[in-house]
Amino acid sequence: MTIDTLDLAFIPEQDEALRGPVRAFLRDAVSGLPANLRARSWMGFDADFSRKLADRGWLGLTLPKKYGGAERGPFARFVISEELLAAGAPVSAHWIADRQSGPLILKYGTEAQKQFYLPRISRAEAFFCIGMSEPGSGSDLASIRTRAVRNAGGWLLNGSKIWTTNAQHSHYMIALVRTSGGQEDRYQGLSQLIIDLSLPGVTVRPIEDMSGDAHFSEVFFDNVLCPMDALIGEEGNGWAQVNAELAFERSGPERLYSSMVLVESWLTHCRGNPSQGSARLEAMGNIISWLTVLRSLSIAVTAKLARGESPAIEASLVKDMATEIEQAIPRLIADVIGAEPQIVTPPDLRRVVAYLEQLAPSFSLRGGTREIMRGIIARGLNLR
Amino acid sequence: MDMFTEALERIFQECATTAVIRRIEAGGSHAELWSDIVASGYMDVLLPENEGGAGMTLGDAFSLFMLAGKYALPVPFVQTAMARGWLRAHGQAVPQGAIAIAGPEAHRSNANCLQAAGVAYGTVADWVLGEFGDVWMMLPCDVAVKEAGESRGSQMADLCWSSVPTEAVVIEKPETIACTPTQLAAAALAPLLAGAARQALDMTLAYTAQRKQFGRAIMQFQSVQTQISIMAERVWAMRMAAQLVCHAPNNVPSGRLAAIAKARCSEAAVTVADSAHALHGAIGITEECDLQLYTRRLREWRRASGTETWWACYLGQDVISETRGTALDYILSCSK
Repeated sequence: MTIDTLDLAFIPEQDEALRGPVRAFLRDAVSGLPANLRARSWMGFDADFSRKLADRGWLGLTLPKKYGGAERGPFARFVISEELLAAGAPVSAHWIADRQSGPLILKYGTEAQKQFYLPRISRAEAFFCIGMSEPGSGSDLASIRTRAVRNAGGWLLNGSKIWTTNAQHSHYMIALVRTSGGQEDRYQGLSQLIIDLSLPGVTVRPIEDMSGDAHFSEVFFDNVLCPMDALIGEEGNGWAQVNAELAFERSGPERLYSSMVLVESWLTHCRGNPSQGSARLEAMGNIISWLTVLRSLSIAVTAKLARGESPAIEASLVKDMATEIEQAIPRLIADVIGAEPQIVTPPDLRRVVAYLEQLAPSFSLRGGTREIMRGIIARGLNLR
Repeated sequence: MDMFTEALERIFQECATTAVIRRIEAGGSHAELWSDIVASGYMDVLLPENEGGAGMTLGDAFSLFMLAGKYALPVPFVQTAMARGWLRAHGQAVPQGAIAIAGPEAHRSNANCLQAAGVAYGTVADWVLGEFGDVWMMLPCDVAVKEAGESRGSQMADLCWSSVPTEAVVIEKPETIACTPTQLAAAALAPLLAGAARQALDMTLAYTAQRKQFGRAIMQFQSVQTQISIMAERVWAMRMAAQLVCHAPNNVPSGRLAAIAKARCSEAAVTVADSAHALHGAIGITEECDLQLYTRRLREWRRASGTETWWACYLGQDVISETRGTALDYILSCSK
């Protein structure tokens, strides 16, 4: 079996020490926001907020100091992320750059690329999005059609990406594109490019979701000429590079706390409004026990990242379960609220429930679908 | 795997074979198996070395306890070892004999008799530790009215004492209570459930690789792969829940973590047992197939000492009745 045991691990004390200061900061910075806005969390955009975090040294925690980072490692980022998400801070501006674009550039970038991008990421001056899905390519990424052709002036890019979180607010996209061969070559011939979204020929069109937000976009590339050094890593190695990112993307606290603002709001409501029924006790106990166990699994994956491993399969296992719980939370709480009709539910709490009910299906779509996660686990069990 | 765990696994492989398990379940003597384990010294893993123990922490002993589940051990090794550590931490002399632990099923009736229905390992225990009324007690099983056999091979028993027996050991409650006998009962079942679930998964992996239908191994069908992936997720979560509750200062588990572990392991036990049977087909429900040794235990241990609903309600009550702190604070308090 190639799925590793996930052993209990703990956050080192020096990283745990970040919790107090970030909490104190958040008390002032976000506690005034209404709960339904905080429920957006890593879908909530606020560039100024991200810069305030950067000023305090809380971005680029995993990047080396010589590139403007804090050189602290994945556990420090875990603590900061956990506090930001639980408080419902609007972190989407810097989220993807901090989580995976920075580490990717550090791992595969040239010295010039590192010197250019990493300090900007750490200062919240360069926001990133990830260009994977296309209109005809969702889970089947080998079928992407966006193509970059090398010519004398650089890479000539044509095609489009869709469902790109935050594209309309980002300065750069790290895109998976075809640089050689055709669809029959599957994962051969794919490369990653860092695309400056201000270049001529780039059009970004936000897509409104059913809640009225526009957190993702469609992005069109019409004869966009990217400079030669837009290529990140090795030409043709895009698929392997994308997979190396996945452990960062799939195991973190954002796969666990998407409904946390609702849990906190509902807990406050329960404490203030006693009830005789057992429905709320059972739901609360299930939610807290699941979150506790999954948090420990997420920390176990983080410990592997901290040791320099790339636990992509283990991260998929944790992500699939964690997103299941994130999705269960609005369902369970909505049920209990309806089971206690004699207790008046504040409108603010109902707005959070309604928002999460609508967006919860996306929790197991973004970052790789449930079906893909289960396929990866099956491969880890040598079933395929 | 460390040396201690390997050595215990060899003992289980030799002394707790599936034939031995079946014989003990059918009412045969467990004395030989019990004395083999006692002679190995593992029963006192949690006691200090100067008292003849191995001086291990509960966290170190976690992998030993998982093995007891993996081998469907028909004697209460985990309960006895955990109870011995717990008794010593409470300044209590540690008696000889096999100890079963009663959870919320222990009570004192109006007629003043002491009862515990559906106690795991009740058929083979010498003692039952539990909270009877308001009193923490160890009661001797030889003077109890015992009823067992709710199903073939079951090791659960209903025990009843018409009054407090003279041999009863009363345990004085500490000033600050970290873990009640009820919580200890839940804590002990978590690694057993996690170990048995892992074995059910491994058997399912082996069976679906070997069984062919429509010209190929059934593990190659996507619907089978999905079911197994979900089983694996549950098995990994059960192991983590059990490891969490075994991470305990002074070898006394945290009451909150006992609730969390029993709730999660009990719920997952059903999913794992159901899927294991679905994928084994008809052969899985035969007596001859060893799968039943593990899935019957998954279901019994799930029901013993409070199901997932009982412990979820218990935990929910604890979270809501705290007057301060966020849900995240509560979660963090369980993960220190």
